[in-house]
Amino acid sequence: MGMTITEKILAKSSGKKFVTPGENIWLNVDVLMTHDVCGPPTIEIWKNEFGDAAKIWDKNKVVIFPDHYIFTTNKQANRNIEIVRNFATEHKLKHYFDPNSENYKGVCHIALAEEGYNLPGKVLFGTDSHTCTSGAFGMFATGVGNTDAAFILGTGKIWEKVPESIKFVFNGNIPKYLTAKDLILQILGDITTDGATYCAMEFAGNTVTQLSMEERMTLTNMAIESGGMNGIIAADEKTINYIKDKANNNYELFYSDADAKYKAIYEYDVSKIEPLVAKPHSPDNKATVKEVSGTKLTKCYIGSCTGGKITDFRFAAQIIKGNIVKVPTFLVPATTSTLEQLKTEKYAGEYLINIFENAGCFITRPSCAACLGGPEDTFGRAKENEVIISTTNRNFPGRMGSKKSSVYLASPLTVAASALMGVITDPRSFI
Amino acid sequence: MDRFIKGKVFVLGDNVDTDQIIPAEYLVYSLTSKEESENYGKYALSAVPLEVCGLPYGNIPFVKCGNKSEYEIIIAGSNFGCGSSREHAPFALNKAGIKMIIAESYARIFYRNSVDGGFFIPYECNNKLNAKIKTGNVVEVDTDTNIIKVIDTDEEFNLKELGSVLPIVKAGGIFKYARINNMIK
Repeated sequence: MGMTITEKILAKSSGKKFVTPGENIWLNVDVLMTHDVCGPPTIEIWKNEFGDAAKIWDKNKVVIFPDHYIFTTNKQANRNIEIVRNFATEHKLKHYFDPNSENYKGVCHIALAEEGYNLPGKVLFGTDSHTCTSGAFGMFATGVGNTDAAFILGTGKIWEKVPESIKFVFNGNIPKYLTAKDLILQILGDITTDGATYCAMEFAGNTVTQLSMEERMTLTNMAIESGGMNGIIAADEKTINYIKDKANNNYELFYSDADAKYKAIYEYDVSKIEPLVAKPHSPDNKATVKEVSGTKLTKCYIGSCTGGKITDFRFAAQIIKGNIVKVPTFLVPATTSTLEQLKTEKYAGEYLINIFENAGCFITRPSCAACLGGPEDTFGRAKENEVIISTTNRNFPGRMGSKKSSVYLASPLTVAASALMGVITDPRSFI
Repeated sequence: MDRFIKGKVFVLGDNVDTDQIIPAEYLVYSLTSKEESENYGKYALSAVPLEVCGLPYGNIPFVKCGNKSEYEIIIAGSNFGCGSSREHAPFALNKAGIKMIIAESYARIFYRNSVDGGFFIPYECNNKLNAKIKTGNVVEVDTDTNIIKVIDTDEEFNLKELGSVLPIVKAGGIFKYARINNMIK
């Protein structure tokens, strides 16, 4: 019987010819990624468990992107950056990107792509649940905790249960009022926040082929919001073009067999999908933008690994250009390259950054910022009983900093349209 | 692993995510510093919406004062621990004194962290136990037979076997398991 792309990668990584969903296997890890929040405890566990003999299994395979709590006066947060910095210095780690240097990148999942760490066929583990983002490159990528990461750091190995795969097929030309965020919110509404628990979520169809690599990352990023172990999109010409100038390492292309077994297959005609939101307080609390339009807002937010890429700002700029926002609107580019592109790329004759500044938006330096609340002084953090619309990926109670706040998740088009009106607004009013 | 685990129960609903278990603003605290790590016990479950905190009544604080909870066993609904990969979540519950969680289902990373970090025993149940058992009930779980007994009512329910992770749970985490099996020194 055939295998899915996920099964094939896991079989290769475990040195087996064939794997079956449900079996526990030991994987050889190609890349371990960590950051300032989970790096310090991972390092501590590694030191304590391996003791004086503690050795990094392969310094070339460890990547550290401090990105969560970067621009803050919080002492412990800064102490944590110091811990990963010292660790990188002590062990002469090449793949460390210090916030106090020109080397700083920003949000790890996007930086992983931009710096060429995402390679088809490879196995990536990261101490962050959104590590699944990297699956957009036809690789197996998933999140783990500190103990698992410490085990990988010392051995290069980890156990995993082979997941069943669920396939999501999108067909048709994507309408200009929709983005990948609407597609993943549709899936979340249909299968709920545990609809893919312990499963691989495979995205396919001619709509997915049309999507840019960044838009594909929006799909795989939110696989975890359905409980997915990983999200995956088979590599194609776009993938190869994206990585060819960035990566030095080799890669291997895998594709699902025609007779591969799926737990379920969902098919969508994108012309029938409407702009969507996830209402408070869960990413699966789906509604059409129409159904909630007119909801009064106190704040708009564009940022994070799922909604702060240059593609997201391009979408927003289309609507915001030449207008003024009605509510405070906070923009956080995911990476330093994203910020650079905002300054150098134009839409309809005007630099993207000027479009946003002239509209009255607040723009800051790249980091995870208020996507997950963060310390008191975090840019854009929710306060008291705010009503926020955001391009981020989670709206659990308290997620953006105040459990009294209500957060709606939406596409950058919907957030931009809503920012101009001060109430939730269908982007079709502007496009 | 002790055969019998007995304690007072705290009951929660579905989809208790890691931001509710330990809000992100507290993740700055060290997990190893004795003093700082006490904060994890103190703030465990501090962002659970009040109306569903300690079911079926609600409005019951998990940690009344200090850094320890009076409850030792959590009974929850489906998808417990969904959201982020923060191991600070099972760590916080362990710090607060939790010895066992019984949920209808778990999110993968939380489940892995609970097992591999050896923080407590993560059981799954077949039936909606969180609708049958109340916050404050005392229960005893026999980890050999996988039966939970509610001391107050004498009712008994079957729990799901731990299955393929049992050796790691028994060993007390992935490092101990790997040492027992000569995978690491």
